[in-house]
Amino acid sequence: MNSTFLDNSLFRNIYCYLAGGSDGCASRGYDTAILPAGFEWLAFAITAFIIINIVINAGLGAVIVYIWGERRILGRIQNRTGPNRWGPFGMFTSVADAIKTLFKEDIVPDEADRWLFNLAPILMVFPVLMVLAVIPFGVGTFVVDINVGILFVIAVTSVSGISVVLASWASGNRISIFAGMRSVAMLISYEIPMALSLIGVLMLAGSMSLGAIVEAQDLPFILVQPLGLFVFLIAAQAETSRTPFDLIEAESELAAGYLNDYSSMKFGIFFLAEFLATIVASMLIVTLFLGGWRGWDPIPSQVWFAGKTVLVLLFIMWMRFSWPRLRVDQILVLAWKGLFELTLINIFVTAILIAIWPDPGMTELLIMSVINWIVFFISVWLVSKLLRPSDYSAPTPQPNRPAYPVATDELPDEVAYTGGATR
Amino acid sequence: MTTQVRTEPITVNLGPQHPSTHGVFRMRVTFDGEEIIDVEPIFGYLHRGSEKLAEERTYVQVVTLTDRMDYVGSMLNNQAYMLAVEKLAGVEPAPRGVWLRMIASELQRIASHLVAVGFLIQDLGAWGTPLIYTMREREKILDLFEMLCGARITNSYLRPGGVFMDAPEEFWPAMNEVLDELPPRIDDLDDLLTDNDIIFSRTKGVSILTPEQMIDASITGPMLRAAGVDWDLRHRDPYDYYDQVKFDRPLHTAGDNFARYWVRVQEMRESIKIIRQCEQLIEPGPIRPEHDDVPWLLRPPVGDAYAAIEHSKGELGFYLVSDGSISPYRCHVRAPSLINLTLLRDMLVGELLADMFVSFGSVDINMGEVDR
Repeated sequence: MNSTFLDNSLFRNIYCYLAGGSDGCASRGYDTAILPAGFEWLAFAITAFIIINIVINAGLGAVIVYIWGERRILGRIQNRTGPNRWGPFGMFTSVADAIKTLFKEDIVPDEADRWLFNLAPILMVFPVLMVLAVIPFGVGTFVVDINVGILFVIAVTSVSGISVVLASWASGNRISIFAGMRSVAMLISYEIPMALSLIGVLMLAGSMSLGAIVEAQDLPFILVQPLGLFVFLIAAQAETSRTPFDLIEAESELAAGYLNDYSSMKFGIFFLAEFLATIVASMLIVTLFLGGWRGWDPIPSQVWFAGKTVLVLLFIMWMRFSWPRLRVDQILVLAWKGLFELTLINIFVTAILIAIWPDPGMTELLIMSVINWIVFFISVWLVSKLLRPSDYSAPTPQPNRPAYPVATDELPDEVAYTGGATR
Repeated sequence: MTTQVRTEPITVNLGPQHPSTHGVFRMRVTFDGEEIIDVEPIFGYLHRGSEKLAEERTYVQVVTLTDRMDYVGSMLNNQAYMLAVEKLAGVEPAPRGVWLRMIASELQRIASHLVAVGFLIQDLGAWGTPLIYTMREREKILDLFEMLCGARITNSYLRPGGVFMDAPEEFWPAMNEVLDELPPRIDDLDDLLTDNDIIFSRTKGVSILTPEQMIDASITGPMLRAAGVDWDLRHRDPYDYYDQVKFDRPLHTAGDNFARYWVRVQEMRESIKIIRQCEQLIEPGPIRPEHDDVPWLLRPPVGDAYAAIEHSKGELGFYLVSDGSISPYRCHVRAPSLINLTLLRDMLVGELLADMFVSFGSVDINMGEVDR
């Protein structure tokens, strides 16, 4: 038995309860053995089945809670109450919605390519669930800790871009095609800064395993890698197509984008995958930049992890509900002219710092973080200055001076336009 | 080696059931990639025959029809219609009634501009938050209307020669409270939106219309003023008592989406100024002429009359023909929404799909008024 699985406390407990006589378990002091020797494979299968079920169901449950929370917070941001009819604080609204979605008629349009049409939702939700497998949720609480964790995450999440294209193409709907074209342009562009923004983290941690990265964060990487976090946060928003990057389902332009022809639970699966992707993205941010499950006793590590994830989610919601959408050309310009350069600067600076201090201690990390924050402010300021429209001049109405030409003829006792300063 | 990729334009039908067509508007749009190369607007989905229906109703009953034309500017519609009726019948309006309807119509202008600005931001893709902020302010104004006439949207507040009900005592403090609260809210809107880089880069230089183009197409209202043409009927051809109040006309020179948005925000502030002055100038007195002078069943002499006001969307005019009976022989509406739409193709061709509904929203149309 691969010993990395046995580091997982839940796996160890179930597996060794079933097959206590096997090598790994005996050395860890387990002596119960329900299954006879030679049936370790059955024990492994049962244990894996249980754990995968737990993780997937927890993920889906988290989506239900997240949708409820987002609605409540959206309500608060918008001066409303939010859902409050079903259950305490409207908690069961999402449940009611899920049940309603399940019972809707499942329509496949005549124009649709039936096979691809059905395949797309599965392709959408599958990679997101697979990412959950490598995230360390707490001390000894993970499914598997593979040594190429980050590579796995980046590889698997890029599949969801294909599913959007499939969905839009298979619908046989012209409006959906626009969503497909945009997703090709946007999702693929943002893969690159997203992957590159993590290289600084890799250099500092010296490992691609997410568990090892958490272990390496004596100082959370948000301090040492502000530029990496900045780029990753924006790129993750784009990858999960949240506002201000929700081009592919831009409601005011494309109605529902690639989802136009989906109904019932296929629509539900898309929706679920999208929300789950947001949660997974915040989990990745927590793992890579906010110290993962690390915290202070006596609060358990799992609670630290969940709390940090909620904080990141709140930040993402705040961005989502405040800003309008960017245009498709502006989004691509931001990816290629803005974020791409920022990641290169980040890699360059981090590489130099690592070359100076190959094995940084706490003091060196602190010096690094100061330098990195200075680099962060300068480079973000420079890039934002370069990306702004060249004739940028926001109207700043000043008292007693018209911001724009104001006709003041013909009216007696006319005061010059005060730009609204008069109350 | 270069390879030529063969592309072909794609024609898409957007509407009448689309989330951002502000009602039931339909556009048959031809795209080259994301770029618009042709637009064919198709409307008439909300046609209710208001002009024909007016021929079957008495002059006072037609007021309820005008409410339902531009349903975010009912008071202004009422005012335009009443001016036409008064001109036709030669009614001398009661001063207090005129002040009251000026206050009501300026409040309505603020409400209408709030809706226009809020939905423009919604079309830009904001997740409803700025829209709800503007709607919250509009609610307060609708509450004021409720105090004035008992209705919130379809007010039917005006009658020939004045209004049908005097403002209650508690209306004035309530209105002052709203007017005190509004300027900071508009400043908030400015902070959140006008100085927002995303909104600025999305709207600046998009769908530019030149003054010549717009004058040729007889476009009026904030659209025209956004291109620097100082044309405001309240100032050029003062009706009611607009010659007795002082206000500025915010002008922008760009003529793009941002200018249209900016002019509307500034006009809200000017409307507040006007209401403040009306409040100072209003005096106790009758709110409409005596019943003997202006009966409910008005029978204007044979003839015709046209009266126009500066609606929140442009010049709203009513042309009435009387044959001496109790109902108009013909009632024609010069609807600013419809006429402002005539340059839609010039606005949209060459722009991107994403800007299409923003430009469309910046015209600030109301389908109830376009189709009538």
